[in-house]
Amino acid sequence: MRKGRFGEYGGQYIPEILMSAVQELEDAYEYYKNDPQFNKELDGLLRNYAGRPSLLYFARKMTLDLGGAKIYLKREDLNHTGSHKINNVLGQALLARKMGKTRLIAETGAGQHGVATATAAALMNMECEIFMGKEDTERQALNVFRMELLGAKVHPVTSGTMTLKDAVNETLREWTRRISDTHYAMGSVMGPHPFPTIVRDFQKIISKEIKEQMLEAEGRLPDAVIACVGGGSNAMGAFYEFINDSSVRLIGCEAAGLGVDNPKNAATIANGTVGIFHGMKSLFCQDEYGQIAPVYSISAGLDYPGIGPEHAQLFETGRAQYVPVTDSEAVEAFEYLSKTEGIIPAIESAHAVAYARKLAPQMGRDKIIVVNISGRGDKDVAAIARYRGVDIHE
Amino acid sequence: MSRIKDAFSDGKAFVTFITGGDPDIETTERLILAMAEEGASLIEIGIPFSDPVAEGPVIQAADERALAAGCTTDKLLDMVKSVSQRTDVPLLFMTYLNPIFTYGREKFIKRCAECGIAGIIVPDMPFEEKGELSGLCEENGVDLISMIAPTSDSRAVMIAREARGFLYCVSSLGVTGMRSEIGMEIGRLLVKVREVTDIPCAIGFGISTPEQAAKMSAISDGVIVGSAIVNIVAEHGKDCEPYVREYVRSMKSAVK
Ligand SMILES: Cc1ncc(COP(=O)(O)O)c(C=O)c1O
Repeated sequence: MRKGRFGEYGGQYIPEILMSAVQELEDAYEYYKNDPQFNKELDGLLRNYAGRPSLLYFARKMTLDLGGAKIYLKREDLNHTGSHKINNVLGQALLARKMGKTRLIAETGAGQHGVATATAAALMNMECEIFMGKEDTERQALNVFRMELLGAKVHPVTSGTMTLKDAVNETLREWTRRISDTHYAMGSVMGPHPFPTIVRDFQKIISKEIKEQMLEAEGRLPDAVIACVGGGSNAMGAFYEFINDSSVRLIGCEAAGLGVDNPKNAATIANGTVGIFHGMKSLFCQDEYGQIAPVYSISAGLDYPGIGPEHAQLFETGRAQYVPVTDSEAVEAFEYLSKTEGIIPAIESAHAVAYARKLAPQMGRDKIIVVNISGRGDKDVAAIARYRGVDIHE
Repeated sequence: MSRIKDAFSDGKAFVTFITGGDPDIETTERLILAMAEEGASLIEIGIPFSDPVAEGPVIQAADERALAAGCTTDKLLDMVKSVSQRTDVPLLFMTYLNPIFTYGREKFIKRCAECGIAGIIVPDMPFEEKGELSGLCEENGVDLISMIAPTSDSRAVMIAREARGFLYCVSSLGVTGMRSEIGMEIGRLLVKVREVTDIPCAIGFGISTPEQAAKMSAISDGVIVGSAIVNIVAEHGKDCEPYVREYVRSMKSAVK
């Protein structure tokens, strides 16, 4: 297998000007990932700053209500900054500092990765600039202010569709302008090698904990793990340690927006084809001439026309399964989990909850499902109110 | 012998770039012939892409205009097939890997050869990934242009050794677009490249004035100008031809 490949997927499709930067990153990562001091510092940050391990919570009321498999929720929403994004960011920021970098740049969709990056930058005394599609700065205005409060500069991106993919374009462009002191803290398991591997490694703590916690609670492995998929980092994190446990079904939930047959969707596995974009060979929503399609989801964090290369491979080999979830199903699940368990999930995570609601009743009561709650829903409350016709302004 | 390499045999080369289909295909066709008449040594035609990550705002906007006007890879190929019979100046395509990959790599390169395209430039395909197209290009007699940048360091020699046609040298950090100042870092890299190969080296990114063209051509075998021309097209639309002619003439005379 070639370096940085997941089957045929992955690779390093970026301008020559950035090649030395990704190679420097790869060398540093290969060194530090085995460095006891680095791992000790990261572990300390995850425990004492991010609040890990996150809980694996038995959702008793939801289980009873659905009348099938037992449902456990992996509570990444309880992490500092409110999502799984902090796991990756603390790892990358620490690595960047070891590399002598003093400035972090990042893209963000919903704003969660931007907030996490701004947080790590504040903690580690680094400069921070975040690129966010103009449309998303409007959908997630509160997160923009939060990033600014944390000392970051937020650039609204007005090119293209003004959403996540354009924010990635602009961050890549910014990196080519200023490389020597700057680390691009990629927010998901995407982009050129080594990012898909680095981000997955920093997120795999999710499945490592699920495994330990599940063995402790139930004395066995779960039968299914469900996570939402934008670029795919929380899903890769939740799946990774189970890939070799063939009894565990791995299910990724994609944003189907108004429906997979409606042009307004972001379901890459359902509608995408193989392409090469944002540094990687993977699956993308695109037209016959390879123009990247404008995608849509109510969730700014899942509103991305591609998927990480390791997911493309897990799909191709059949090891993981990917299902589309519409806006309306996600909104219903958002409300359902709030009312049933008193947990308001991120609208992204609500896509996973929605599929769990369909799957659990089809499974026996002796079965176990883990749903990854990748983030908390505070950021989405105003948008959901608007969806329901209530005019709330943040 | 490569037609592209040949274009460097008669003094320093002046290479021009325009985005194909901006504002429409007919204008692109007229501009190709006009730039050839005014002394362009090589002409690059951008196949517009929805997400051109190596491009600054000027070429991004041109790509958007071209796509909105209905430009497609097939329409550009058809136009090039006809225009390449009316000029001896070698024509190159510049585009991203996804439009090529999705069109079908083999089909694309074969059609390029058939339509008279002498070379292709793919800015998001670095040395490590050039196997995606290099074999096909070799088989079909299309030069796959390699790029080096000020950050290439030790990579530059490795890249230059396998380069075809000419070596595209990125002048400075950043994306395409006009710059007020261009440093001399790339010049130092060119000295190293010249020790190992005789491939012609042309400098691009950021060049817009005759002074910059003179300075960059003095340390290389030619200069490449894109955004400055695309900017004229943006300003004058379908009526841009006389302005582009005048500009190309003034730049050509500065390249020595
Ligand atoms: C809470 C939450 N979950 C999921 C995602 C999607 O990203 P990924 O697929 O990389 O986990 C985001 C992205 O913004 C997010 O904020």
